[in-house]
Amino acid sequence: MIEFPWLTLTIWLPILGGVAVIVSGDKTAELTKWLALIVAVLTFLVSLPLWLNFNPHGGIQFIERTPWIPSFNVYYYLGVDGISMPLIILTTFITMFVVIAGWEVITYKPSHYMAAFLIMEGIMVGVFSALDAILFYVFWEAMLIPMFIIIGIWGGPNRVYATIKFFLYTFFGSVFMLVALIYMYFQAGSFSILDFQQLPLGMTAQVLIFIAFLLAFAVKVPMFPVHTWLPDAHVEAPTGGSVILAAIMLKIGGYGFLRFSLPITPDASASLDGLIIALSLIAIVYIGFVALVQKDMKKLIAYSSIAHMGFVTLGFFIIFAIFRRPEVTSGAVMALEGGMVQMISHGFISGALFLCVGVLYDRVHSREIADYGGVIHVMPWFGAFVVFFAMANAGLPGTSGFVGELMVILAAFRADFWYAFLAATTLILAAAFTLWMVKRVIFGEIGNDKVAKLQDINRREMLNLGVLAAAVLAIGIWPKPLVDVMEPTLQHLVEQIQVSKIPGVAAEIAQSLK
Amino acid sequence: MPFESASLIAVLPELVLLITACVVLIADLYLRDDQRGLNHTLTILGLGAALGAIGLVSEPGATLAFSASFVRDPLSDVLKGVILVVNLLLFVYSREYMRERKLWVGEYHALILFATLGMLIMVSANSFLTLYLGLELLALCLYALVAFDRESTVGAEAAMKYFVLGALGSGLLLYGISMLYGASGGFGFAEVAEQVIADGMSNKVLTLGMVFVLIGVAFKFGAVPFHTWMPDVYQGAPTPIVLLISSAPKVAAFAMAVRILIQALGGLQPDWGQILIILAVLSMALGNVVAVAQTNIKRMLAYSTIAHVGFIFLGLLAGTQEGYAAAMFYTIIYALMSAGAFGVLAMLSTQGADVQELTDIKGLNDRDSWLAAMMALMMFSMAGVPPAVGFIAKLLVLDAVVSIGLTWLAVVAVAFSIIGAFYYLRVVKMIYFDQPTTELPLAISGDARVAISINGMAILLLGFFPATLLSLCENVFY
Repeated sequence: MIEFPWLTLTIWLPILGGVAVIVSGDKTAELTKWLALIVAVLTFLVSLPLWLNFNPHGGIQFIERTPWIPSFNVYYYLGVDGISMPLIILTTFITMFVVIAGWEVITYKPSHYMAAFLIMEGIMVGVFSALDAILFYVFWEAMLIPMFIIIGIWGGPNRVYATIKFFLYTFFGSVFMLVALIYMYFQAGSFSILDFQQLPLGMTAQVLIFIAFLLAFAVKVPMFPVHTWLPDAHVEAPTGGSVILAAIMLKIGGYGFLRFSLPITPDASASLDGLIIALSLIAIVYIGFVALVQKDMKKLIAYSSIAHMGFVTLGFFIIFAIFRRPEVTSGAVMALEGGMVQMISHGFISGALFLCVGVLYDRVHSREIADYGGVIHVMPWFGAFVVFFAMANAGLPGTSGFVGELMVILAAFRADFWYAFLAATTLILAAAFTLWMVKRVIFGEIGNDKVAKLQDINRREMLNLGVLAAAVLAIGIWPKPLVDVMEPTLQHLVEQIQVSKIPGVAAEIAQSLK
Repeated sequence: MPFESASLIAVLPELVLLITACVVLIADLYLRDDQRGLNHTLTILGLGAALGAIGLVSEPGATLAFSASFVRDPLSDVLKGVILVVNLLLFVYSREYMRERKLWVGEYHALILFATLGMLIMVSANSFLTLYLGLELLALCLYALVAFDRESTVGAEAAMKYFVLGALGSGLLLYGISMLYGASGGFGFAEVAEQVIADGMSNKVLTLGMVFVLIGVAFKFGAVPFHTWMPDVYQGAPTPIVLLISSAPKVAAFAMAVRILIQALGGLQPDWGQILIILAVLSMALGNVVAVAQTNIKRMLAYSTIAHVGFIFLGLLAGTQEGYAAAMFYTIIYALMSAGAFGVLAMLSTQGADVQELTDIKGLNDRDSWLAAMMALMMFSMAGVPPAVGFIAKLLVLDAVVSIGLTWLAVVAVAFSIIGAFYYLRVVKMIYFDQPTTELPLAISGDARVAISINGMAILLLGFFPATLLSLCENVFY
């Protein structure tokens, strides 16, 4: 029996819908926007069966496999597991709010704006569900085009510099991955990612492949020191662009580590984990301080994103330190889960924070912290939301931000006390930079006349922020459903990583056991 | 040598073209200025008929004609088809451009038709002599076409440079051919191939001849260090002529490379493979790096062509069937992309405008968003960004290189393509993010719009469904 192709539908509905939105044009802008919203909502609805029919213990599911380039064994091969499914739902969920957020704000070619986001959505779902390396790469690179155009056309004053920097950084990171994928194709005889995961590889090959992957994913995450494109891109991007960048595109880097680096090159990951942990801790601590001194709200949130993503990579790579301590038997799965929860939660929180900045920017046309003050006196509802999301960003218990951070820190304790100690500084730093911003923007005396004239958020903005706040609270209070979905997959991943892929080593171990 | 009338069947497409060219030449004498449209119609019909003729004579396996100096095989069928399609596009794109400059005369059509005939003969050559005849027919027409605008001094200068360097290239090729003839006693590719198998690398005359012939091939492609004619010719020639030079002749040059390097000198693959590695790396390096510094868009695309030639050589040097198929795929795709890009430039160069500088295409999105999208698609495809087919072409070539263990070469290639991405992106940036510098309305004829749409959609759809074209390329080499 052929299953209903839910994944194909989730990928191509928004892409074709986006094309339809472009065709419908700007003359009937109101209709076009409704069309875009309908497509976005429909996409979210068709992605829901992926979640509802998902069997956590079922491994890879919703598989679709058709030959694409037969002579090179390239397949149109889709499927999801506990790692990718939540990220797909996150993508379709967030995109709806991006469409709503651009409703009245975008006046220049709104149909192209909406279409770019819809096409982007389909491509991102494709990245998360591709199980063929070439298909993955196609989606991965194709993602750059709509984002390049979104930032370049609807961005701020310095948008051209930012968008070219964004494109070249990510392009630079990923082309070497392509060579690595082709190399593995000739080792494995197919481009299937699952075959790559089973492929025995010598240490030298593993290290080189690991570095190629690291370049691609580290730029995307972004990790220190290749993070510098992110603040530029965020500051110049329109609100919707920032939301998608922070909420989903950064997650693609983290997803890459889980899908490629760890299972394909476990031995190289184990021997180079110190490097990643060091970079992650630098991101957490150093970038935390950098965030503290920002004058621009978007830049501050961008740096905060880098610090939070440092948590994700830390969670993914401390597992090797846990493996190395024979007295510690658990914690690895928790570390990975922590990273994953952190990714999802950061998607909601950073998305919401960028929407909040967008609300202010639309009214005052400034992102400088110094241009505000006492916003809560004129915008009480808005103020309440900002305070809530800021608390979540700082990791307040009861919000989703807390869950992921706590899990990673707990796991870090099992690896090394100092890792945990440095990681935990984020609780102080994040509280410092977020709350200090809130203090300066939201509280205090009314800053100037412009602030005094502000209107509180309308129903559209209220809906956006309200739903996101509910999501943040839901995960914060009851993360179990999310964790349950991921746990078997991550458990399996941990078992997989612990088996060496160097030819001969496995045989040696078997020999010594005899 | 007896005349075999059966041979005429095999050269049917060439005959159709020859007749068309002669008819256009004669008909033009009797046409008033307002009737020149007939030339255009006749040319289009002739090209279409030649395409049909290819389909008519096409069959699996090879047909030899004229005492085995001419061959019709799947390779020639596919490449001839591509050459004709690209030239059809050329005529549609260039009509307004040439008409506005009062260059839309019978000679324009006739010269291009003869050049096309030369390309078809190159593609079907089965001996060095036939190959050389085709090559010279093509080259002489191109020299004249580059200087087609008599008023233009840069055009004349470009034609002069092209002629002098082209003659040098042809001379070197002839010199090499004479050595191969001396060593093997025959002009036919089969005879040379037999001698290569018998002597292998021990015959130094053969090896030396191979080097000179290879220089001739590299010259026609425009690979570094035999590229120096390209930037000036691209800059000086009228845009439609640049379109012609940059697309279909590359396909013919590819056929020439296959015939000479693989069919005649296949036994020397380890030798010429090494030389191609050097040429490929130099071409990718110089082409991509120097293109960044260009302000003239035609000159920039000239350097981009050089870089693409490096990629085509990557496929050839692998010496495997997959590699040859990949190179063929790349060449075909490159011809389509180049035709599209220069086609857009030619369409923009009307209403008194002449697109030369990069800044001339600023704000195209505000003037005509469909044309802008097509141009952006060509640029992304050239940069190798999926889902455009340029990515698939690069992927196949890289595959070929990695499969023979030259992973380092693949790394070099992708490293230079990052640099390449920058200048392609700059074009997209100008189109989308900058304000137009001119308020001139664009008047683009309906057929040109249809042609560019087909061209653009081909680039996109081939990216989604590359399997058919790829299997066509593979069947040629298996």
